Amino acid sequence: MWNFIYKLASPKYFYDMAGKLVPWFGGLFVLLVLPGLYGGLVLAPADYQQGDSFRIIYVHVPSAWMSMFVYVFMAVNAAIGLIWRIKLSDIMVSSSAPIGAAFTFLALVTGSLWGKPMWGTYWVWDARLTSELILLFLYLGFIALQTAIEDKRLAARAGAILVLVGVVNIPIIHYSVEWWNTLHQGPTVTKLDKPSIHISMLIPLLLMALAFQFYFFANLLMRARCEVLEREKHSTWVEALIDKHPEAKHG
Amino acid sequence: MTDSNPYIALLKRDLLLAFRSPGQLLNPVLFYLLVLILFPLGIGPESRILQIIGPGIIWVAALLATLLALDTLFRGDFLDGSLEMLALSPRPFALLVAVKIAAHWLLTGLPLLLLTPLLGTFFSLSGHTIGILMLTLLLGTPVLSLIGAIGAALTVGIRGGGALLALVILPLYIPVLIFAAGAVDASVSGLPFSGQLYFLASLLVLAVTLAPPAVAAALRISLN
Amino acid sequence: MVEFLAMGGYAFFVWSSYGLSLLVLALTFIWPVLQKRRLLQKLKQAHQRKSQLARRQQ
Repeated sequence: MWNFIYKLASPKYFYDMAGKLVPWFGGLFVLLVLPGLYGGLVLAPADYQQGDSFRIIYVHVPSAWMSMFVYVFMAVNAAIGLIWRIKLSDIMVSSSAPIGAAFTFLALVTGSLWGKPMWGTYWVWDARLTSELILLFLYLGFIALQTAIEDKRLAARAGAILVLVGVVNIPIIHYSVEWWNTLHQGPTVTKLDKPSIHISMLIPLLLMALAFQFYFFANLLMRARCEVLEREKHSTWVEALIDKHPEAKHG
Repeated sequence: MTDSNPYIALLKRDLLLAFRSPGQLLNPVLFYLLVLILFPLGIGPESRILQIIGPGIIWVAALLATLLALDTLFRGDFLDGSLEMLALSPRPFALLVAVKIAAHWLLTGLPLLLLTPLLGTFFSLSGHTIGILMLTLLLGTPVLSLIGAIGAALTVGIRGGGALLALVILPLYIPVLIFAAGAVDASVSGLPFSGQLYFLASLLVLAVTLAPPAVAAALRISLN
Repeated sequence: MVEFLAMGGYAFFVWSSYGLSLLVLALTFIWPVLQKRRLLQKLKQAHQRKSQLARRQQ
């Protein structure tokens, strides 16, 4: 296994390896999302109180889970990149951020669309939605910082510090927003929290969550490969790839 | 003239330099005052409403004024090379940085704090409320300076880093805002607010211990 | 079928959510595909320019 990890240090090896993994992860995504969608949209019975609008849960909750998972994933890689100066970790951090932001955005929008039938308004300063909104800004701030610094190595290290500061803050932010919300909203029960969810409703949710995981890793590897190409553009194996690439059609 | 204590020397130097350009010094304070005056003008002079929104708005304005002031924290020294000298010093960079942040707070956070009675009057706040507000500012503005310093350190080398700084730092400011404004609101409603104050105090302790090393690391990156 | 599409009256909310999810995931997927293509094209052009220059200098 250590041999495998050593080999990953070679950009070419990573590029080829990732290239082989992407279709597998993509395939698993499709394999999981189809039954997940079918289970969520068709098989699961309509909710007693919310009717069919509760089905939004099957895209909202996986998006929200992924938005948090990706940030933690970024933080772990940021720490590894900072401590052991591993370039691949840096690449993982910068490639994850846009995907995490996309999930956060989705969680917000689907949450908002769920809020209208549930609470009567498109936006409520619900603890979860508010925390997600702040998380979106954490992602955007990170992306903005990275793109503003030209030197990739410095950009990676600065970004890593920002992510680590952010990850320490996330529980604090979450707690403070929850406290703030219960204080100002009174005992509003968030119907997003189902203490006992029926198994026929739960299984599609887990399928969708797992599907989104594989989507993330597939997309991550695709983006990481691009990054590797860019960084290694002067190496011989990339030049060989360039030669094989079809000519661009000029006007 | 050299002081036996280099930290005091650095503190004195920063304060002295700041007083040499009083315009730069007054900017955040004037901004703070102006922003706060805008609210009654925009919302209406009814004192009942002002009393309700007052503490929250004063806190948001303090946040924004601190953000504005953060630009001057490292930029001057970054541009003329003194920051690099500090980084090369045998003294722990994190401690030197902590001194700089302390100087910065004395120049920006403290004036905001001292202006609060005046502003409290503008918003028809009671003396008791003003007192609690000042206590939250006393605990909270150093946290703002410390967390803000991390952002300032990360963006000091970037052209046009001011807007980027705001985007990066404001999410991190939110817990401070929530608990500070929450404490004041609770006191106004006659509810217990010591919990919020303890939370602010613990944020302060956390910031004082964790921020300077993070700032030092960020500065080393920006100095490369 | 009609019942399925109607989603108990919540059709707009449910289908907008799923539609948007599909859109965002599709865009997020497409981006690195386009990025790689653009990068390789750009590198190819630069490569060709360099070899043309080298040929001319010989």
